[in-house]
Amino acid sequence: MSRPPGVGTRNTASAGSTLLGAAAFVSLATTVVLGLRLPPTREQGTYARLIAIHPPLAWAAYVAFGLTAMASALWLWRRTRAPKWDRLAAASAEIGVVFCALTLVTGSIWGRPTWGVWWTWDARLTSTALLLALFLGYMALRRVAYDPEARARRSAVAALIAVADVPIVHFSVDWWRTLHQGRSLAQLTPQSDLDGSYMAVMLLGFCAMTLVYAWLLLHRYRVEALEERLEAEGLDVALEERRGEAAVVRAGAAS
Amino acid sequence: MWRDALLVAGKDLRIEARSRVATNQVAPFAVLILILFGFALDPDRGVLGRASAGLFWVAVLLSSLLAVQRSFAVEAGDGAADGLRLSGLDPAGVFLGKAAAVAAQLALLQVVLAFGIVVLYNADLGGPVLLLATCAAATVGLAAAGTVYGVLAAGLRVRETLLPLLLLPVVAPVLLSATRAWEAGMGISVDDGWRWAQLLAVFAVVYVTLGVLAFGALLEES
Repeated sequence: MSRPPGVGTRNTASAGSTLLGAAAFVSLATTVVLGLRLPPTREQGTYARLIAIHPPLAWAAYVAFGLTAMASALWLWRRTRAPKWDRLAAASAEIGVVFCALTLVTGSIWGRPTWGVWWTWDARLTSTALLLALFLGYMALRRVAYDPEARARRSAVAALIAVADVPIVHFSVDWWRTLHQGRSLAQLTPQSDLDGSYMAVMLLGFCAMTLVYAWLLLHRYRVEALEERLEAEGLDVALEERRGEAAVVRAGAAS
Repeated sequence: MWRDALLVAGKDLRIEARSRVATNQVAPFAVLILILFGFALDPDRGVLGRASAGLFWVAVLLSSLLAVQRSFAVEAGDGAADGLRLSGLDPAGVFLGKAAAVAAQLALLQVVLAFGIVVLYNADLGGPVLLLATCAAATVGLAAAGTVYGVLAAGLRVRETLLPLLLLPVVAPVLLSATRAWEAGMGISVDDGWRWAQLLAVFAVVYVTLGVLAFGALLEES
């Protein structure tokens, strides 16, 4: 390594990430302000406003998990194998888990007053919950500390196995709920009579959530890189510091 | 590859036949689950009979965790994992062999459990063709997915707690599909059971393929 240990950037900020963060903040704040000023709908009252947040959260979670799968595949493929893909997969999965959990929470908050229950075994809810469980397992596997190369390989395989399960989960829960009863929930969703202002705020929400995701991903990726550097150089830096102290002590004793 | 698979499966089944862990611990555990369900769900109100398909498959799933853990525990001691790696066997063969051994144990277990739900829950096993086809597809799928995750978690200090977290969400569709297919086969529901059996077959094919492709890389470093 050309750079001496312990020298180099020590934080995760850069001009690009600051700009991205500012854009994310402004768009999210605008979404919140406009979302709260949406007129209440006849059927769902003020709860319909959650549409500004809930679908964008789900979208960001899907993007995050998709990127994890892609990065895992790139790591596994020998010609593109590089530590950066493993870092990207780890960073994206972690943010995806947060967004996925928030999707379920906001959906539940909406479901309670609208459907009268916190949870229902609807196909989409069930498959989202299973998706969250799959990636919680992935995170748990990542957290077990061992050799970085082995960790990268195991996690990449686990991510691809988890993603391979998604269509099967989707089909099974979809048949499960649609073979027995009509999709009553589809009629409840406000999409059918969305007016312009709702649509506009929701689209803004999509942009805002994507920006927030990208901003978090950038920082999380850099934290991952810094952690790897700490593991690689931490001991050298500590030795260097102790040597420095010893030199000071010796100089003091000699004088 | 197939010869290697037979060798590994033979080895694992011989170990099980001699150590009797599967017959002395896993099978009684599965029957115990059935009895516990009897306590949890009031048997007098017919709940058990209606839920028997689902309870059967929950018991199979939980027992498959034990079978997979056992399958990799036998490789953990005495440098067996190194021996397996140095043996020159095709990794795909090792995967198929280990999965086949797990599948054979699960199949035996299902016979015991099926007997259990007939006796304990008064279940009616009509439509045996659909039931058996479901069992075959589900067993292959469970064994394949379990073996892939078994080697993923193998060699880790926390494997006992990690394996259920990794495996159970992945095999959740197996529980769902197999339960629906069995309910159709037992005449509890009027679903098209064959459709569920087909989904199980797809699951089995996907995980056998993934296992054959990925097992070599995972076995090398575990």
